[in-house]
Amino acid sequence: MDYLLTEEQKMIRDLCRQIAREKIAPVAAEYDKTEKFPHGIIKLIAESDLFAVFVPAEYGGTGGGVLDLCIATEELSCACGGIAVCYAASALGTFPIVLFGTEEQKKKYLPDLAKGKTIAAFGITEPEAGSDASAIKTTAVKKGDHYILNGTKHFITNGGEAGVYTVIAMTDRTKGARGASAFIVEKGTPGFTFGKKEEKMGIRASITSELIFTDCKIPKENLIAREGMGFIVTMKTFDMSRPGVAAQALGIAQGALELAVKYSRERKQFGKPISGFQGIQWMLADMATKVEASRALVYAVARMLDSGNTGVAKESAMAKLFASDTAMQVSTDAVQILGGYGYMRDYPAEKYMRDAKITQIYEGTNQIQRNIIALQLIKEMAKL
Amino acid sequence: MNIIVCIKQVPETTEVRINPETNTLMREGVKSIINPFDMYAIEEGVRIKEKSGGKVTVLTMGPPQAETALREALSLGADEAILLSDRAFAGSDTWATSYTLACAIRKIKDYDLIVCGKQASDGDTAQVGPGIATHLDIPQVTYVKKIEEIKDKTVRVERMTEEGYEIIESGLPVLFTVVKEINSPRMPALRGLMRAKSAKIIHWTHKDLEANAENLGLGGSPTQVVKIFTPLPRPSGEMLEGDVEVIARKLADILNKEI
Amino acid sequence: MPIQVIVEKCTGCTMCVKVCPFDAIRIMDKKAVINLDKCNLCGACEPACKFKAIFLEKPEASIRKQDIGQYRGVWVFAEQKRGKVQPVVYELLGKARELAASLGTEVSAVLLGERLEEEVQELIWRGADKVYVAERLELANYQDEPYTNVIVELINKYKPEIFLCPASSVGRSLISRVAIKIKAGLTADCTELAIDKDKKILLSTRPAFGGNIMATIVSPDYRPQMATVRHKVFPESLTDMKRKGKIIRESFDGRLLNSRTRLLDIVDEIEQTVNLSEADIIVAGGRGLRAPENFRLIEGLARSLGGAVGASRAAVDSGWMAYSHQVGQTGKTVCPKIYIACGISGQIQHLVGMQSSKVIIAINSDPYAPIFKVANYGIVGDCLEILPVLTKNLREVLRK
Repeated sequence: MDYLLTEEQKMIRDLCRQIAREKIAPVAAEYDKTEKFPHGIIKLIAESDLFAVFVPAEYGGTGGGVLDLCIATEELSCACGGIAVCYAASALGTFPIVLFGTEEQKKKYLPDLAKGKTIAAFGITEPEAGSDASAIKTTAVKKGDHYILNGTKHFITNGGEAGVYTVIAMTDRTKGARGASAFIVEKGTPGFTFGKKEEKMGIRASITSELIFTDCKIPKENLIAREGMGFIVTMKTFDMSRPGVAAQALGIAQGALELAVKYSRERKQFGKPISGFQGIQWMLADMATKVEASRALVYAVARMLDSGNTGVAKESAMAKLFASDTAMQVSTDAVQILGGYGYMRDYPAEKYMRDAKITQIYEGTNQIQRNIIALQLIKEMAKL
Repeated sequence: MNIIVCIKQVPETTEVRINPETNTLMREGVKSIINPFDMYAIEEGVRIKEKSGGKVTVLTMGPPQAETALREALSLGADEAILLSDRAFAGSDTWATSYTLACAIRKIKDYDLIVCGKQASDGDTAQVGPGIATHLDIPQVTYVKKIEEIKDKTVRVERMTEEGYEIIESGLPVLFTVVKEINSPRMPALRGLMRAKSAKIIHWTHKDLEANAENLGLGGSPTQVVKIFTPLPRPSGEMLEGDVEVIARKLADILNKEI
Repeated sequence: MPIQVIVEKCTGCTMCVKVCPFDAIRIMDKKAVINLDKCNLCGACEPACKFKAIFLEKPEASIRKQDIGQYRGVWVFAEQKRGKVQPVVYELLGKARELAASLGTEVSAVLLGERLEEEVQELIWRGADKVYVAERLELANYQDEPYTNVIVELINKYKPEIFLCPASSVGRSLISRVAIKIKAGLTADCTELAIDKDKKILLSTRPAFGGNIMATIVSPDYRPQMATVRHKVFPESLTDMKRKGKIIRESFDGRLLNSRTRLLDIVDEIEQTVNLSEADIIVAGGRGLRAPENFRLIEGLARSLGGAVGASRAAVDSGWMAYSHQVGQTGKTVCPKIYIACGISGQIQHLVGMQSSKVIIAINSDPYAPIFKVANYGIVGDCLEILPVLTKNLREVLRK
């Protein structure tokens, strides 16, 4: 399928594919086993200018858009969904600054983030506020020239590894979701520490940990947009990043598909490669069709966003929903095709399956995605 | 420090296959790549530049499509690229190739260091590097595995030998051929790729070089190929079967016989 | 036009298309058409055409040596390290004797170094009719420029028609410089050397494209005809203590010994086992060993066979073995009597480094691994199971 990518997007694709094959694939199993942060690979990704693709050119980026980010995330995920999420989560943490940051904030943070000198993280989820963002308990109280943050964020990707955090905290609890605000917090700020590091089922090369704020004092200049804009910042950020999660799922599915096709050509049973059996052929055909359909949807949504279309909540949710469900199905089928080997840790099939699961859960569970889609659908119908 | 890196575009040998029916080489669709050993030369050149300033010029002789190899070198950090392409160069053996490259380097004029890969993966001769140095009448160090120090117009390097290595000091200019051990080449960066795509490649023909036409191409080459043939394939081997003990005993007997 | 298809003679039989290593010939309208951008004028098509429809213009060499007839004799560069002539030299002397016999001429060795008395005698016993000796402190260890200058001087003085040199790190560096200086044809890494009976010229055959094709190369108009040969390609000549020969001690202008490079130190690295390129038996391991500690199985087998340890690129890149053990395109090319590949799938890059081994034994769990295509003996199975049993059995067999 020809997606009519620009020259630059093709370069991103080829470069990421090379990095994935030559540098990530050989170490993916090791990081999965040890659950260590892939510093070397992240450095390599930084040196390859890939953190620059989602940063505007005037702040040291290459000025690419959501599609560029999706292509990079997809290709990296083909080799390791965990390493890819370290990358994509930095984009997630960076978007609030790109979208809503002041000129000073952009100048201060974006050039280093584009170079990958440091990476970013986004902190919204709390023990009691997952899908329901209005239940956030972390508070930010203004005191003179500062805000004082208190509370705990958990399940934060890149937590402890990132240098820049965009954090959502309540400035006015009485207003519910409209009382939330977004802040930039730098690693090393007094009162800002890291708690429990999670042990995960999949994407184990990424770090997921708690952010703990104890009378953490940050300058008032670190407020993103205005007080009360936190929820908007979050929604707009998710609109941009959701295709990224979809792209991660797409890459995992593509990797699992390639593995299954390759294996079925090599594995011989009853005197011929199992790819010669129609039962396997039909499975592969269904897997490939779903992967391609995901790609078409993900790229289309990314292009809508890049063309400035902001009303993409439904389509964005559809891409995330479809691509992640596809990743789960395709990776499960890949395990099935590899049979006993698929179940063993010596082969990467089971890792794809474990990595795929999270894409149905994070950045809005697929149930929430369905809510968004249905709501939008019904609204649109009502307008007719 | 002005560094010249000489590279060659070669077929990716992994993809060179023999057609089992005609027993001939199938080059259809074979990808062209930068000679793998030259990747280390490019990387070393770029590292020296990054440390001590100056610029890296990549130089290749080949057909017009060798431009792709030069663009790749530019994406990896080289600053300028020169392509020597001319029908007059066709049929060059290592003598004529090193002569032509040396003529181009003389035209570049301002250089301190020339870096080449230890050999090309298609020809494996390892002659062109030393050939260039001899034509230019400059010293050489082959099989360099480490540059220990570059200081005021002298360099100290480690040269790999069969038994270990030698430590050699040389004045500048000098030509090095480098081995894999010297570095691990970087990945290209996106900006480098973008820059390389639009960069201008300098094209020179024999008219641009102060070269004696008698030394160029087929006519300038002392050697000629008289026959090209495919080697006889190895006869198919014997598969040893049975349980581990049986196989091990059979194998031990074979080894005992062959020793 | 340096190469042409004579359209009237061409029948479109495609023979030329098949032999072209550069994919430069196509049949269009039943006639061969040569793409000059791809053509390298290698000449493979010319003899392949049964209808003499391809004309390759071979320019007259204008600097053709007028005095080719004055060049007589076969020379061998007697590479020495630390005063010891390298075994590859005796292999070359054996081949040189064959070539000299076909030409009805004599064999000479040329030895540069310091205090080499015993070695000179050995060269004669091994087949040299004459030994040219240049003994100077400056020549004790190899250095590019003094060695090149002295060899060039001797070639110009004595005019040998053939000059053979080891394809070692010394030989390749030296001979490339010499060939440029005197404008001689040099063919690297020959696997076969013979004399064309009619033309009385050297036919040098060598692999190209990673061993996928062989090329025979000549240098009819230049002298000496030079070639390098790797260690272990030819058998060593035997020692005959009754052989007599002439020793010619050379003196020359000291300026020839000037060097712009300075050899500061020679460091020999202690290998766990013997030098790979010297070894008659190599046991090599790859990723199929699964973990670095399993290399001890390889070492164990190598030890009981008195062989060296090799490794695939995958094993080296994983940090299981040092690069000095790597066999293959980016590592060492080896040619032992026996090569045992354990858990090595046999990527082409590995095969080009070892496929000229006399006997290849492959152990791999994947029955479709390409290594089996070059193996004389293949075993489908797990190295970790087979190797310990094999080593044990072997020790018993060898004890008998």
